[in-house]
Amino acid sequence: MEMPQPNPEVLARKARVVSRLQGVLPADAVIHEVAETRAYECDALTAYRCPPMVAVLPSSTEEVAQVLRICHEEGVPVVPRGSGTSLAGGALPTADCVILGVARMNAVLETDYENRLIRVQSGRTNLSVTGAVEDDGFFYAPDPSSQLACAIAGNVGMNSGGAHCLKYGVTTNNLLGVTMVLMDGTVVQLGGATLEAGGLDLLGVVCGSEGQLGVVTEATLRILPKPEGARPVLMGFDSAEAAGACVAAIIKAGVLPVAIEFMDKMLIEVCEDFAGAGYPMCDALLIVEVEGADAEIDHQLGLIKEIAQAHNPVAVQEATDPEQAAKIWAGRKAAFSAIGRISDYMCLDGTIPVSELPYVLRRIGEMSEEYGLPVGNVFHAGDGNMHPLICYDANKPGDLEICEEFGAEVLKLCVEVGGCLTGEHGVGIEKRDLMTHQYAPQDLEAQMAIKDVFDPNWLLNPAKVFPLATSSDRRMAAA
Amino acid sequence: MIEMSAELKVASPVLTPTSEAEVAKAVRDTSAPLSITGGGTRGFATAGPSLTTSGLSGITLYEPGALTMVAQAGTPLAEIEAALAAEGQMLPFEPFVMNAVTGASAASTIGGVFATNASGPRRVQAGAARDFLLGVRFVDGAGNIVSNGGRVMKNVTGYDLVKLLAGSHGTLGVLTEVSFKVLPRPETSATLAISAPSTADGLAALRAALGTPYDVSGAALIDGRAFVRVEGFEGSVKHRIDGLRSALAGFGTLDLDGADVWDRFRTLDLFATAPPALWRVAIKPTEAADFAAGVAEGRCVFDWGGGRIWIAADAETDVTAFQTQLNERAAQVGAQVTRMHAAQGVELGRFQPEAPGVAVLSQQVRAKFDPRGLLNPGVMG
Repeated sequence: MEMPQPNPEVLARKARVVSRLQGVLPADAVIHEVAETRAYECDALTAYRCPPMVAVLPSSTEEVAQVLRICHEEGVPVVPRGSGTSLAGGALPTADCVILGVARMNAVLETDYENRLIRVQSGRTNLSVTGAVEDDGFFYAPDPSSQLACAIAGNVGMNSGGAHCLKYGVTTNNLLGVTMVLMDGTVVQLGGATLEAGGLDLLGVVCGSEGQLGVVTEATLRILPKPEGARPVLMGFDSAEAAGACVAAIIKAGVLPVAIEFMDKMLIEVCEDFAGAGYPMCDALLIVEVEGADAEIDHQLGLIKEIAQAHNPVAVQEATDPEQAAKIWAGRKAAFSAIGRISDYMCLDGTIPVSELPYVLRRIGEMSEEYGLPVGNVFHAGDGNMHPLICYDANKPGDLEICEEFGAEVLKLCVEVGGCLTGEHGVGIEKRDLMTHQYAPQDLEAQMAIKDVFDPNWLLNPAKVFPLATSSDRRMAAA
Repeated sequence: MIEMSAELKVASPVLTPTSEAEVAKAVRDTSAPLSITGGGTRGFATAGPSLTTSGLSGITLYEPGALTMVAQAGTPLAEIEAALAAEGQMLPFEPFVMNAVTGASAASTIGGVFATNASGPRRVQAGAARDFLLGVRFVDGAGNIVSNGGRVMKNVTGYDLVKLLAGSHGTLGVLTEVSFKVLPRPETSATLAISAPSTADGLAALRAALGTPYDVSGAALIDGRAFVRVEGFEGSVKHRIDGLRSALAGFGTLDLDGADVWDRFRTLDLFATAPPALWRVAIKPTEAADFAAGVAEGRCVFDWGGGRIWIAADAETDVTAFQTQLNERAAQVGAQVTRMHAAQGVELGRFQPEAPGVAVLSQQVRAKFDPRGLLNPGVMG
């Protein structure tokens, strides 16, 4: 993966930049020793690493503004970082950049149940947002797999989803407002505490802009009353086609589960081995979860099981108590760790129209043979967001490159059938060079025009999202 | 911007392209400002020649099992809703139409619905129009055809211009095609009416209802009565109504009544007489009662548990002065005022002025997408 060459003039100014940053931040908030900057050399896309020139850990919006003002004046690129859990390389540094980590900004600023909102600093982790309100019967809906660690800042940057977004939507549907600092240090409020903002929906475009438009320091999030209960049912099928058809039938029948998760044979075996969840051995497995009071759950699960019968399930296991429910989820939630135990892997994130699931799964199987790399599939089936996990051997020269080529072909397939490159992980560096497969030049131009407005010098996370060749004129003009 | 009253508008040429390429050509060829409209029913037309998308009509793809539909922007809303109803599905965000307010006789289009982000009561539960819009194709002010998003429910590939275009009122581009998520129609629904002693008490009841786990999908207050709606399978609805009865017992008399109020939010038939001017205010629900109490010479109807107030001016009201006051009071509590209709000229923009930093960004974004300033000039500032 190509990254731009560091700007030697910026590197030459390191001492001055560090000294200026030390002038506005506490000593322990400016990390510049080479050994220490290494802690920020990568995010969860660990195949790519590069220590930043400096890392800073500001504690307030005002400190963020001062940092950005200095970097703006010095012409130093800034890479914002939440918790560094991006699977797409969204927080990958360049050698001439300042990493701006928001981890120290993790306070809850306001909880307001009557207006169903919470205001937090953006370094707060996703799960601890729910943690702050759950004793009072509320929760924050988006639940990315990394929710224990990932920060709201990164969730806003990537417009993160999760297993339960079939019902509750992704970050953008649950974000009411942000405080954001622009690259020149200007602080703006977008949106607020209301369900509708006046004027253009700039908040809508900031959410998912991968830290390229500004640094979000505070977020106002919609919280919801916790449902009375939730319960999953697990259903095994003897083909991916049957499971896919069952998903479409459930949705069309008017049942709206909060989650429909799919796992293929390889993942079933790997997860069972790892988590001992009691999964049946079959070709495809669905976990369908519904919410409500007991009687409501019984009714919905009854309907789902009835629909499933038409697709000849080979196994149906309904959780009858919370322990069984947790067990059903345990395997699914451990999927990435379970496969990570047996192999290096690359996790893809393309989305496809649900109707194309059987075809795409078959094609991925064929491609797996062609490339000689095993693939497991686990994904959010209700919304077509696939996560093929391609196994490779990081110690075998050339294997990563084959894996990346295979991955790129899968993502192109997703686009060909009417889907997209990434459903919830973001473009980062990982899918940057595939953007031209989904978007025509004028489509990318329209997106880059937004960055031109928010960050005219292209200093914020500049080497991400857009193919380097596409953004090079703009980045060069600024440098 | 001074809005011309209906009587002052002189007949102007109307461009009715029938393909995206024709839209692009029309925009490229024009040197005069264009009034961009769908059905022209929402009263956002500006002076001068107009370009309507009504010639771009038809549902291009509908996959009920994937909960997605793609349609040309000029497709009548009624046609979309009929196609969805035939499959037991719906537009979850309950778009309102404005014909009763503006007096327009034409049909509202799906492009107009998304361009104005027109959402109704179910917004509190399901989301707004912008939350269901998955993809757009549009022609920008330079005549470029641009595509963003797609037809899948989860998509974070590049910047989300879909959200930006939703509610952009034709100022960033002419929508030519929209793809959107739909949902199954609930099996049944029930409405609980609460006769509370005051507006403040009724609004408190609505907030309490929205704080329960009963998945409330409508929370409105009209003519002094509060209404709470739940939807779903019959057994669920019964269970939730029982739960709401217990939760709301202290707020006033409860009756199963008012199932017809939700349609009044769709048609905006909210007031006894057609309002000479109409605003909507997005506000924190807890601020709604005080805000409404300070509205002299007007009448208020509440939706979204108080989070939205529809305000109609009385017949003799000085609309400009009235809105000036609304804007000032809204700014104090972080609320947003939008003028939806005025029968007479108003010396104020439709939208409340934005904070200076945000206004600069908005203005620059508009200048990027419409460098010649030809698309619905003045509609959004």
